[in-house]
Amino acid sequence: MINLFVSAIVFGTVILYGALGEILTEKAGNLNLGVPGIMYLGGIAGLASAFAYESAVAEPVGVVCLIITFVAAFLASALGGLIYSFLTITLRANQNVTGLTLTIFGGGVANFFGGALNTLAGGVGQISIAATSAAYRTSIPGMGTGNWFCQIFLSHGFMVYLALVLAIALHVFLNKTRTGLNLRAVGENPATADAAGINVTKYKYFATCIGAGISGMGGLFYTVDYIKGTWASEGTIEALGWLAVALVIFASWKSLNAIWGAYLFGFLTWLYLYVPQLRTMLIGALNLDQDALQILNLTRSSQELFKMLPYLATILVLVVVSLRKKRENQPPAHLGLHYFREER
Amino acid sequence: MIFLANDNSCKDTRRYEQPSITVDNAVQMRGVTKIFGSVIANDKVDLDIRHGEILSLLGENGSGKTTLMNMLSGIYFPDEGEVYVEGEPVTIRSPKDAIDLGIGMVHQHFKLVDVLTATENIILGLKEPGRLNLKKAAEKIRAICDKYGFVVEPEKKVYDMSVSEKQTVEIVKVLYRGANILVLDEPTAVLTPQETEKLFDVIRNMKEDGKSIIIITHKLHEVMAISDRVAVLRKGEHVADVDTVETNPQELTDMMVGHAVRLNINRPEPKNRVKRLEIRDLSVNNVYGLRAVDKANFDVYGGEILGIAGISGCGQKELLEAIAGLQSTEEGSSVRYYPEDTDEFKELVGMNPLDIKKAGIGFSFVPEDRLGMGLVGSVGMVDNMMLRSYRDGHSIFTDHKAPKKLAEAVKEQLEVVTPSINTPVRSLSGGNVQKVLVGREIAANPKVLMTAYAVRGLDINTSYTIYNLLTEQKMKGVAVIYVGEDLDVLLELCDRILVLCGGKVNGILDARTATKEQVGLLMTNLQEKEENAQ
Repeated sequence: MINLFVSAIVFGTVILYGALGEILTEKAGNLNLGVPGIMYLGGIAGLASAFAYESAVAEPVGVVCLIITFVAAFLASALGGLIYSFLTITLRANQNVTGLTLTIFGGGVANFFGGALNTLAGGVGQISIAATSAAYRTSIPGMGTGNWFCQIFLSHGFMVYLALVLAIALHVFLNKTRTGLNLRAVGENPATADAAGINVTKYKYFATCIGAGISGMGGLFYTVDYIKGTWASEGTIEALGWLAVALVIFASWKSLNAIWGAYLFGFLTWLYLYVPQLRTMLIGALNLDQDALQILNLTRSSQELFKMLPYLATILVLVVVSLRKKRENQPPAHLGLHYFREER
Repeated sequence: MIFLANDNSCKDTRRYEQPSITVDNAVQMRGVTKIFGSVIANDKVDLDIRHGEILSLLGENGSGKTTLMNMLSGIYFPDEGEVYVEGEPVTIRSPKDAIDLGIGMVHQHFKLVDVLTATENIILGLKEPGRLNLKKAAEKIRAICDKYGFVVEPEKKVYDMSVSEKQTVEIVKVLYRGANILVLDEPTAVLTPQETEKLFDVIRNMKEDGKSIIIITHKLHEVMAISDRVAVLRKGEHVADVDTVETNPQELTDMMVGHAVRLNINRPEPKNRVKRLEIRDLSVNNVYGLRAVDKANFDVYGGEILGIAGISGCGQKELLEAIAGLQSTEEGSSVRYYPEDTDEFKELVGMNPLDIKKAGIGFSFVPEDRLGMGLVGSVGMVDNMMLRSYRDGHSIFTDHKAPKKLAEAVKEQLEVVTPSINTPVRSLSGGNVQKVLVGREIAANPKVLMTAYAVRGLDINTSYTIYNLLTEQKMKGVAVIYVGEDLDVLLELCDRILVLCGGKVNGILDARTATKEQVGLLMTNLQEKEENAQ
């Protein structure tokens, strides 16, 4: 059962990075649906750079691995954000279409290079980045075997905690700084921001590119930490990317809400694997017949029902938020629209 | 006044003379021109703004007042001309440049972020040293409020504020940034008389403090009450510049509307005038909850063109939309429609446009917003024709043949210039778009044809085509309502002119005998009830 929570935090972290980047982007009024693609870009860039470094050097140094993969993943994802920014901000293309295209593009690029890396690595499906993933997975000694609290919360690599710091930092940035205030104004009402002397284009570009860079960290964490350098084109990153987009709505564009929301999403994503265990526990606890609660013996198809729980939760949040009509919980007013000063 | 056949070259007696550039003036604009497409919004405008004065910028709708001030505040960039601030030539490329020069503008549509507080809105975009300190900012805001007599709650969110409160935040925002030159774009349009009085007190306090204030307005009594000097714009040109004490509303009206121009629009005598609409006590509230049309009483006859004149925003839009069933009306309103030449009538209040159509009432409406309310921009003429006919018949498939035929007929008869009848109408020129719309509405064989600013943005030839079409409809016995802004056209096209002022019917004139001055005066000065008789 502890494994469920550990997995929930790991997947939650992937989702959290994606969502934090997207919150920053959306607060500036850009609805970037390219999060899955950007996470793909971050993931493959991290993996490829780690592989390149470790193949070139006889004895790779952990810190160098970290820096190289970090920079590569951030730049690749930010580049994805830059493509999106240029199309939607400068050329004023439709944001939804551009974002979806970016998702397809990112997935395609990543799977292409992922396949190539697999071939380079000998085609066994495991790309050797031992030093890098060891560096990422370094945790406080003894925590993996400690009590349940240590195992669930303290046994992870640094990326898990970095995400938390980032969420708090983003909250402070958006709500307590001048730049954050200006950024929110750009997303709410760019004409007003413009009239107040804020460079709308600059803010939108920076928010989108840096946001994309942060989202890409989710992909990096997934490839180099969680799966330790395998590349399979089975689409988990994409699924987590969409969960990140849903989480932004679920958290009502607040990065602190996104923390627990991400772990909840991670929990709900993995729940199906542990439902049979849960059944055994329930039968034991309630002294039931061995054949009771058959409904919890999941088949392949009923597993899928469990996998949709995060989205169901998002819909519920949307319903509740819409009913309460509190302005602070609404999306940025100018989200998804482009801005042109001299439009009449 | 002397009436001239064509006085395009003739300006008013006190034509503005261009003085040299001097540091005595806060702002000097020289030869400023702005062109939008084929429309010249400002034509070589020279304007001076002195230190510590209240200047009224007066002009009809579309005379280019707001465009001119938008160039001063960095929203638009002039196509030609120079701007001098304190005698120095400056380039204002963005609102930020304007703020840096001490120029602040309060726009007609408030530029505020709803989910932020008053304080956050006021300090938005500022690069003050140090960390963001909302408490300190709130103190500074309170100090400004105390100095000039405003009331602002710094912690209040904008979405909780009344229109007047929002406007106050806008003005404080400009002052907080250290503006010495304030431009207020129709600040009283959304205020009650009491709020207006308060605003004027504040404006006078700011003047005492040495600030220059420019008020864009077309309300003459406010011009007289508050300003030191009046600059009059007409059709994008700066036509006059006078001290307020040396003028009177009558003279200002004349400057605003200009001399009469002979247009030679064909106007046959109406025949078979029959009552079609009887409007009694029609009241409509606008989106702000303010009274837009106040107890309007008038009749509309078949076989004549009824012109509706008025300064923009005097209730024309609401009046037409209420008749067409697009606006809800207030208690006691009545719109009676007489289908035949008898006493039988139908009450239209409470009906929506579909009800009106289903009841077999022949209404056609050419709205002001052609591509928003009238036509669908992204589809061709055929599909636009279908908007009126797609409900006809009982088949589950729509009939494409009739609209196609109609589109071809409209294209041929009105000489619509389009590559094909399936080309999206958005890509046509303004005049052709209007022809498509008017053509469709006339083809519906209406009994009442309502048009709002039917020739706005059209060239001379197309305008005459539209005038002739309307006259043709009149001679067919249709009751035509023509809301217009060009008084010369109203005087020559219409049979009667109804003048609105502040949402009230301020008089109905015989267009054949009325003068431009009479109409202008009714537009700007509310008459006593007794004089309101027809």
